[in-house]
Amino acid sequence: MAVSSVGIEKGGGAPVVAVENIRKSFGNSRILNGINLTVNCGETLAVLGRSGTGKSVLLRLIIGLEKPDSGSIWIHGQEIVGLALDQLGAIRIKMGFLFQHAALYDSLTVAENVAFPLDHHRRDMSISERSDRVRQLLAEVGMEGHLDKMPSDISGGMQKRVGLARALALEPEILLLDEPTAGLDPISSGEIDDLVLKLQRERQMASIVVTHDLHSAKTIANRLAILNEGDVVIEGKFEDLQQSEIEFVKEFLKQS
Amino acid sequence: MNDTFEWFGNLGIFFWQVLRAAITPPYEWRELIRQLDEVGSKSLPLVALAGAAVGAVLSMESRSSLTRFGAKSMLPSAVVYSVIMEMGPIITGLVVCGRVGAGIGAELASMKVTEQIDAIEASAINPYRLLAATRVLACVLMLPLLTVAADACGVVAGWIAQTLVEPISLQHFIDQGFKSSTLHDLLPPTFKTAVFGFIIGLIACFQGMRTLGGAEGVGRAATNSVVLASLFVILADVVLVKFILVVFP
Repeated sequence: MAVSSVGIEKGGGAPVVAVENIRKSFGNSRILNGINLTVNCGETLAVLGRSGTGKSVLLRLIIGLEKPDSGSIWIHGQEIVGLALDQLGAIRIKMGFLFQHAALYDSLTVAENVAFPLDHHRRDMSISERSDRVRQLLAEVGMEGHLDKMPSDISGGMQKRVGLARALALEPEILLLDEPTAGLDPISSGEIDDLVLKLQRERQMASIVVTHDLHSAKTIANRLAILNEGDVVIEGKFEDLQQSEIEFVKEFLKQS
Repeated sequence: MNDTFEWFGNLGIFFWQVLRAAITPPYEWRELIRQLDEVGSKSLPLVALAGAAVGAVLSMESRSSLTRFGAKSMLPSAVVYSVIMEMGPIITGLVVCGRVGAGIGAELASMKVTEQIDAIEASAINPYRLLAATRVLACVLMLPLLTVAADACGVVAGWIAQTLVEPISLQHFIDQGFKSSTLHDLLPPTFKTAVFGFIIGLIACFQGMRTLGGAEGVGRAATNSVVLASLFVILADVVLVKFILVVFP
């Protein structure tokens, strides 16, 4: 069994996500400069950093929406860089992605948004089973009373909840959350954090959360990584970050 | 110049991705039916009106010219032949460019800038199959049918314009009109519009799905879809007319 430089047993079980020496540029701007990260089953990694440091790009690379300039990304021991769209689909079905602005389908109702992945991947389910599943998912995120509303008729926080329900529809093993609490009031942020913690407890998913919100990261993550200028400056538990002597980390924690 | 080559190169890659998605399962029948309705049924009133207007104008304009040359009896043939051979197909193509091209371009561009296309992809659904292949196929299938509707409206409107000046029965007008035409003459111009449909669908989907930027990008995608699709439909028409003349002499 091959073992990568970040300690993945390729073809083996854990870690479920491994990013190995990933580089990514847009034009002349280098965004990621050889990043290495791993996430194990049942673990939540929070990725923090200043705006424009490539946190969201990292998530988009992991789900295959962007291609790295070099490096490897392993999901459940399978290299995904260079896979064709349909091959990538077989990997993506195990992943849930919450977009920063929820990215709900604006022509579909809340219920139809959540049913969308089920309609395409669970064709064996009857209409009533699908409908029950949608209700159950929306109940999990506290949105069961808004089934027939359009995305434009609900608040940003509600849209994020619906986006989360949609991300969970196919019972993913890996959850990627892009700024789940950005733009939300403290109460809504706390509710989203509680929801993510509840899901972790109940489903034992591997999660990567990109956030600016240190409080949220501290609450929901087992490990934290701080990015700066395309590199991981530090990675570890919150206590490790607090004890760090790196100037940028100290400044980041102080300002957060 | 480099941008032009890059555009054609990207269009070629896009076409390959759409083709590969279209011919491999799972097939998106429900979305295809929705698009057939969007492209076909919802374009029908405008296409029928445009076809009728062209038929009426042709009848009125040709009448004075043909009368001057003592060939007034050829009016039905002139109207039917002009409408079916060229005016019906090209008018249908251009009307659909405007209505459907702009619609597809703006819809997909809006989905692109709000990350809805990324969300489809992240849900392990191939957006080329769901969004592009269905729209291109709907355009290919619907354009010939819309052309038949435009032709029919054009012929009837041509008869109405004629009969208001000099009463003639519709049956007689049609008999006279089709006297010098056979099915062999009528089918190629109608089916060439499937190529127009392919051009409209492909370019509009391509422009929409590669959009960057916010509202400005959406507006640009819609405009470019119409302008480029119209341009390529007109160019394709020239090539196809020559092709039809050579292959179906």
